[in-house]
Amino acid sequence: MSSIKKSPWIIHYDGSSCNGCDIEVLACLMPRFDVERFGVINTGNPKHADILLITGSVNEQNKSVIKTTYEQMGEPKVVVAIGACACTGHFFAECYNTLGGIDKVIPVDVFCPGCSARPEAIIDAVVKGIAVLDEKRKKFKQSR
Amino acid sequence: MSMITIITWLIALLLLTPLIGGLISGVDRILTARMQARVGPPVLQPFYDVLKLCGKQKLVVNRFHNDFVLSGLVFTIASVGLFFAGQDLLLAIFVLILGNVFVVLAAYVSNSPYSLIGAERELLQMLAAEPMILLSAVGLYMVTGTFNIAKINASPVCAFLYLPGVFLGLTYILTIKLRKSPFDLSTSHHAHQELVKGLSTEFSGPSLAWFEIIHWYETIFCLALIYLFFANMPWLSILVLILVYFAEIVIDNINARIKWELMLGSAWVVTLVLGVGNLLILALVK
Repeated sequence: MSSIKKSPWIIHYDGSSCNGCDIEVLACLMPRFDVERFGVINTGNPKHADILLITGSVNEQNKSVIKTTYEQMGEPKVVVAIGACACTGHFFAECYNTLGGIDKVIPVDVFCPGCSARPEAIIDAVVKGIAVLDEKRKKFKQSR
Repeated sequence: MSMITIITWLIALLLLTPLIGGLISGVDRILTARMQARVGPPVLQPFYDVLKLCGKQKLVVNRFHNDFVLSGLVFTIASVGLFFAGQDLLLAIFVLILGNVFVVLAAYVSNSPYSLIGAERELLQMLAAEPMILLSAVGLYMVTGTFNIAKINASPVCAFLYLPGVFLGLTYILTIKLRKSPFDLSTSHHAHQELVKGLSTEFSGPSLAWFEIIHWYETIFCLALIYLFFANMPWLSILVLILVYFAEIVIDNINARIKWELMLGSAWVVTLVLGVGNLLILALVK
């Protein structure tokens, strides 16, 4: 059992979300769901985080921010797209000011659909992300 | 010192101290969670965090960063080691300060604005806390007649009875040293502060793990210093330690972060009134 499975620290980035998914992400950290039970901490600092949670779609304005945040995270790292907008762009996908889902800019490991995604679904997505994280850790260990 | 004493001392210093420090941190996190109506992480969570951080990629922006953090770790361990070896109290305190300074330097070299402000605030925190810690050493000297920790520990008098003011001042300062609200200005255990993570913003992977371990050692040092006030009654002393630490957790949970002016001002007023006042009265009476 690797310790990364027991201590996945997250960083939450709001792309151009309507705040529906953001509130559900924060609800996971609140007493009702309390993901700190599983060692999850919301760090707010990409250099400390293992999992990048992104809500909302990508546009020209936040493209560079998402890229920079992703690049500042240390290996092993996982990206989880929360909500329909982050997965595909949802009904903003065809808009002139939207690029679409997060996977247009950075590689996404887990997609969590829903409008808005429920806290249970978000926790499920993070747990799936932890499994990916552990695989990436093994690869990272071999590459060193 | 015989070989066996040295080996037991080394085991206590390098294995037992971080173990106890980490467990204290784990219990702290559970109690904090319970006070916020949450379940909280397992008690071993700090160890999982540190092990995970050791396996992460090193993202260092300055080539001296790691050396500074490592020096900070070495000097902090050395100060706790001097304490447990029963050496000079003043020397142990100064070595601890040196360890702190290395951590501040590690934050300074990174050139990130968050990190720089965190480092400056850490210096202010040291400025606020260190006078009281030194005064407590002076107070212990006035009561027991020695700076030697082994002799203070073996002294039959209860230092608290002579130094109630110094003791209260020290518990006030403890909030700064343990990085608890309202004095967690430079960095904090919790997310979403205005400084990102302040002092530790640019620490990543292994160096953040060392930073956590430094904090465990600092916690043990502060608690050991409080222990000396009741050194002639070990059981009472441990009870006092538990009470003081619990009070710190309560204070952490019911306070918001304050501005640095208020921290520095209040800490110095407390040092002057409770610390220096207590020592003056003691000098006149004794």
